[in-house]
Amino acid sequence: MDEATISFPNQGLEGHRPAEHVVVSDPRATAVRIQGVSQTYHDGHSSLKALDGVSLDVVEGEFVCLLGASGCGKTTLLNLIVGLYHLSSGTIDVGGRRVALMFQEPALFPWLTIERNVEMGMRFRGVPKAERPAKIRELLNLVHLEGFADRRPHELSGGMRQRVALARALAQEADVLLMDEPFGSLDAMTRDVLHDELERIWRTTGITIVFVTHNVREAVRLADRVVLLSSRPGRVVAEFPVAIERPRRIDAPTVSELSGSITDRLREEVRRHGH
Amino acid sequence: MATDRDVMRLEEEIAGLDALDIVRTERTNRTAQIWSALWPKLAAVAIFFAIWQIVDWSNWREDFALPGPTTVLPDLARLLKTSEFWRVTFATTMRRAFTGYGLAVVLGTALGLGVSRSSIVRRALGSFITGLQTMPSVVWFPLAILVFGPEESAILFVVVLGAFPSVANGLVSGVDHIPPLYLRAGRVLGARGLSSVRHVVLPAALPAYVAGLKQGWAFMWRSLLAGELIVSIGARSSLGAGLFNAGAVNDATHVMAFMIVIFMVGVFVDGFVFSRIEKTIRRRRGLIEVGATA
Repeated sequence: MDEATISFPNQGLEGHRPAEHVVVSDPRATAVRIQGVSQTYHDGHSSLKALDGVSLDVVEGEFVCLLGASGCGKTTLLNLIVGLYHLSSGTIDVGGRRVALMFQEPALFPWLTIERNVEMGMRFRGVPKAERPAKIRELLNLVHLEGFADRRPHELSGGMRQRVALARALAQEADVLLMDEPFGSLDAMTRDVLHDELERIWRTTGITIVFVTHNVREAVRLADRVVLLSSRPGRVVAEFPVAIERPRRIDAPTVSELSGSITDRLREEVRRHGH
Repeated sequence: MATDRDVMRLEEEIAGLDALDIVRTERTNRTAQIWSALWPKLAAVAIFFAIWQIVDWSNWREDFALPGPTTVLPDLARLLKTSEFWRVTFATTMRRAFTGYGLAVVLGTALGLGVSRSSIVRRALGSFITGLQTMPSVVWFPLAILVFGPEESAILFVVVLGAFPSVANGLVSGVDHIPPLYLRAGRVLGARGLSSVRHVVLPAALPAYVAGLKQGWAFMWRSLLAGELIVSIGARSSLGAGLFNAGAVNDATHVMAFMIVIFMVGVFVDGFVFSRIEKTIRRRRGLIEVGATA
């Protein structure tokens, strides 16, 4: 059983494998520290509180899934971390780490070939032109799209486009990768494969991942820790460490079991706000 | 529990399934392609000449007023065979066309970028640019001749005024209609300021910009020919002057020969420049549906 795990190039990141017991104080450095973040949108005369006092620490190399029903401000939180929105109150500290964001849609540039799209992840960071082709090839290999460098986004399937988006995000050589329901629009089979790929890439690179989803099983399949957010306004209501051995299968009994109890908790939250 | 091997096997299967989704572009025979593009045009031209010939045979108008194709086409052929025509007449008009168009593109692009990027510039100039576009270019000639005299610069002035609003408006509408997702993606990747304009904004706005360039060319050509008809500069020959002179001596055959040349320039520029660029853009961006029924 252990063979499968060992065959992954682990690069000394033993901490990736969750221990049997939950470690309360993680020795790893905090990669993202979110403290008391509230965000209110003003739309003319009405205002909407999207986030209410969200606090969350993500340690280096951790895979955290933010789980919540729609309208819980998951996307808002990611946009705040990456700096697309201005923060209204609270603090977000990434300690100078480079943060990349992957959208729900691949958001590839249709006027560029696949390799040029990946190159866009390096262009604005001043990576010398001479170094780019080798890196692009490496990244396309990593997401298994070697033969598609010269294609254009519209020639690829939805799953392949998300692979390109992943390669482009990785090209930024970020320390923290934020993913906003990146596999939400894919069919279940393609999603399963991408889960495997993402897990493999995460283990190889040691990148910190904050992954937003409304799919409980997906969260349990991927995360070291599932953070449950309530809706309107978004608040952290519960955290679930996931101590299931990797690599996991989304239909494994252990995954189903934990998903079940998280779903119950999620339902409770939805009911509380459903009046 | 899945082993690595299981995962890899599954992945291969899915890659096979995934591949079903990939768009395949089929290359068709080049000659067949050209022929399929060409024959409808040839048919349209043939029908046009047939109608013209029938009108001529009907003696609806005297031959000196409305000559038939059998008179005009040989005259056109004679005209096209003289080196004087290409060297002076055609060259003069085309030189003005490219100069005027070049200036209009530079001015239109600069103003278009200004309007699309700055709300103050938009409020200040936005409607004025469109207002300029609605003014027929001949309206400018009396003033242009007074200001510049019956000179080349008078024509260029009106040509630029006629063409640049289309270019500017094309770019503005292109920038206005960029899906916000591209801009956000650009920002997340670190594109700021000029690098964002160059690598995200302009490429994303390109289709509408090219449409503006195409319309700008059309407006330029109309303004230029109007100018050459109205502003006679010494004895210098040009397409417009040639047309005017032929009309002045009641030579309807020559008038029609010049008109055909003027029309054909428009057809060639659209067919060999703008249509090609537009088609390439649409193909690259996946805007041409493959395998769809017409």
